[in-house]
Amino acid sequence: MADFIIDDTVDITDVVCPTTFVKAKVALEELDEGQILSIKMNDGEPVQNVPRSIKEEGHKILKLIDNEDGTYDLIVEKVGDE
Amino acid sequence: MAVDYATLKKGGFMRQKQKNNFSLRLRVVGGNLTAKQLAKIAEVAENFGDGYVHLTSRQSVEIPFIKVDDVENVKEALAQGDVEPGVCGPRVRTITACQGMAICPSGCIDTYALAKELDDRYFARELPHKFKFGITGCQNNCLKAEENDLGIKGGIKVDWKESACIGCGVCVKACRQNAITLKDGKITVDKSKCNFCGRCFKACPTDAWDTVNGYIVSFGGLFGNSINKGETIIPFIEDKEKLLKICDTAIKFFEENAKPSERFKFTVDRVGKEKFKEKILEAYNG
Repeated sequence: MADFIIDDTVDITDVVCPTTFVKAKVALEELDEGQILSIKMNDGEPVQNVPRSIKEEGHKILKLIDNEDGTYDLIVEKVGDE
Repeated sequence: MAVDYATLKKGGFMRQKQKNNFSLRLRVVGGNLTAKQLAKIAEVAENFGDGYVHLTSRQSVEIPFIKVDDVENVKEALAQGDVEPGVCGPRVRTITACQGMAICPSGCIDTYALAKELDDRYFARELPHKFKFGITGCQNNCLKAEENDLGIKGGIKVDWKESACIGCGVCVKACRQNAITLKDGKITVDKSKCNFCGRCFKACPTDAWDTVNGYIVSFGGLFGNSINKGETIIPFIEDKEKLLKICDTAIKFFEENAKPSERFKFTVDRVGKEKFKEKILEAYNG
């Protein structure tokens, strides 16, 4: 698997659904096409649902990393620029 | 002339407490009404009813306070807006459905198309007692499939497609059944845990799954004087023709075995669950 260089990070462990996705979406909006965002999220509902929402927005998911502390980092490449 | 209540009831006219007044139940399929139908319903409620409608618990519309002398005029007026009376009594009732995959991102089957098909096939069919079909698009079960005599739930059967997988691990967490494990870049699905919710596929960034959309069927649900959750006694159904055959078999079993005013669950209990299962499995395998 190709490595990636993270351009920006966002922590959504301090918010709950649906703000989790909104916060991630806002962070993605700040990036340019092709840049990579690492989204830190909690286990449970966020990690079940946020990746799918990011996919449905059309972005490219590269990896889900288990931090083994009850949080995960979702690595996302931004697709499309409005 | 004496009022023939049985015929009126068959045609969706529910007798009200108020003498000579009926609440007219309309034929609705899968919970959808066109703007044209709604406009006509509003007009009829205004002209012949009390200016309002009641939304029933099973996605139908009733127009209360229709007078017995207006019954024919009301039917005629409704027909102009493509609206028909519904049914009450011992027969196949309104086929209910959620919005399904045509609208909802979670949907796994086209619930509305299926509701139309079942409505064409069975609506108002005379039986020993009421018989309810309900169709829900996925495991979220917004339409509460298991409340119905025959409940249909959409699902997705998945098979991992190694060539397209990037090993990101999203599916492992998307699965709420803990059926998926990722080890050394390989995905394993515990089929005994999979409930066909399709979340792994829907969350997968590269669509690395071969999928079959299909149906999970439950039998004998009740949610009235007695409460019973419909039971699933056969495996995942992969094609619609098979589903229809199973529905035919269930209805036939009910028709042939039920006592008057006996709900499906009680017929199955009385005649024997094993005997019913045998018939359904015949249809499933045949």
